[in-house]
Amino acid sequence: MRPFLYERADQPEAAVIAARIQGQQQAPPTAAAAQFIAGGTTILDLMKLDVMQPQTLVNVGKLPGTIEMSDQGLRLGASVKMAEAAENEIVKRDFPVIAQALQLAASQQIRNMASLGGNVLQRTRCPYFRDVSYSACNKRNPGSGCSALDGHNRNLAILGTSDKCIASYPGDFAQALIALDAQVETLGPNGGRSLAFADLHKEPGDTPNIETQLQPGELISAFVVPTGAWTRRSLYLKIRDRESYEFALASAAIALDMDGQTVRGSRIALGGVATRPWRAREAEETINGQTLNDETARGAAEAAFRGAKVYSHNAFKVELGRRTLARALLDAGRMEI
Amino acid sequence: MGFSMSQSEKPGGLNRRSFLTATAMGATLPVIQQARAQQAESAPADPRAPVDVKLRINGRDQSLRLDARTTLLDTLREHVGLTGSKKGCDQGQCGACTVLVDGTRVLSCLTLAVMAQGSEITTIEGLASSDGALHPMQQAFIDHDAFQCGYCTPGQIMSAVACVNEGHAGTNDDIREYMSGNLCRCAAYPNIVAAINQAKNEMRKA
Repeated sequence: MRPFLYERADQPEAAVIAARIQGQQQAPPTAAAAQFIAGGTTILDLMKLDVMQPQTLVNVGKLPGTIEMSDQGLRLGASVKMAEAAENEIVKRDFPVIAQALQLAASQQIRNMASLGGNVLQRTRCPYFRDVSYSACNKRNPGSGCSALDGHNRNLAILGTSDKCIASYPGDFAQALIALDAQVETLGPNGGRSLAFADLHKEPGDTPNIETQLQPGELISAFVVPTGAWTRRSLYLKIRDRESYEFALASAAIALDMDGQTVRGSRIALGGVATRPWRAREAEETINGQTLNDETARGAAEAAFRGAKVYSHNAFKVELGRRTLARALLDAGRMEI
Repeated sequence: MGFSMSQSEKPGGLNRRSFLTATAMGATLPVIQQARAQQAESAPADPRAPVDVKLRINGRDQSLRLDARTTLLDTLREHVGLTGSKKGCDQGQCGACTVLVDGTRVLSCLTLAVMAQGSEITTIEGLASSDGALHPMQQAFIDHDAFQCGYCTPGQIMSAVACVNEGHAGTNDDIREYMSGNLCRCAAYPNIVAAINQAKNEMRKA
């Protein structure tokens, strides 16, 4: 691991300033000289691999963070640990898709360490991104090419890809946030702002090294999730190679507002199959107003993957993703709330 | 906020003087002063210079001078002489390095020692009573032959103690799910589940 200066911030403003001093150069935040560290479960791993090379680490792990209900809905502080949010009684009862997405991620040790803010920014598990002995990775080394296009791409994305990058977004919690129309609040060198969680992450396009809208030195402070008729009837279904402690091959975050057997409104997001947290609007439009049954659920699933582009080893993800989504829709419809 | 001067003075490097100069120009001076006054682990200008780290490990205070890069795992093994915590993958995938920080199980290979400053750390060496009596979980692992080579065992036991204390050992399914962060290449899993079922009752009595 390369040497770095270490700072600890006890207030968010101090964190932003400490990161800002080092973050003056023109670089996407993931390549900035100063990086925030909270739980460390992503960044220390990537520093050991020499994928990330910060000159300064600003510890934001001790910043205060709480879970509370407000007029805007559920407010999750960015410093809250995954395990704490997953086991919070309000979250489990009123926002089960959030609790399940967190609970089905990683291991208890990692959930005890990892913050919610850091979790949504966790970086891809694409093997060519993580292994610096491969020179071609546009995300790590812009303009160098993509080793995954013709390489080991079984676990990589089929939605939102470009000819520059097919790295899949690995997270689960983000799928719950994007499905539920969450807002993300940040504090940066230019003050605070609030943006739709759906606008936080970017598709790779021609610049896969730029993963989010965040600026260097900008720190996520909280997520706000509006409450609605759909939030209690919500779930997260995650399909993977082993039953626990594994990333998704395909997953679905579902929230339904039902009128009897009819879908009054749906919110659908997909994990494991896309380059960023993925809202499946086409699936929602297909199922809204329909009676929920095997046929209509399958129709929504077909719509969700209509734009899929497959690569040498991941064509199976289209059908796996469809079945995952259809089963999740039917399961959500059967929930007793 | 006027950071440009200090930055141009020392491009690519933050020294203590430029940090303080820069922050003095910022609007949140009291916050910074408070933050810095509270931190004993303030960064020196040379990233390779050792930092002072105070840790409380198994009830004993340890004052160490460490490279900021030192993980809690390497600190325990190389600097404090507690080699019970094992280095399996060193990248957060196997659980062999599991220790308790303030009673919570974490991976010491993905924790910087400097980040554990002020916390109470418990390792496998700190589980038994001072009179040498084994912790119920240690005894249960022996009773149920819950290991073969034993390399993952310290991490398994620390994780299992936390699993019970968290209330996640109610059923066999719960135990399997909440112990999934600890891999055992010898596949002693059924015996580990049996050991935890025995120990959870003993721990309840204790």
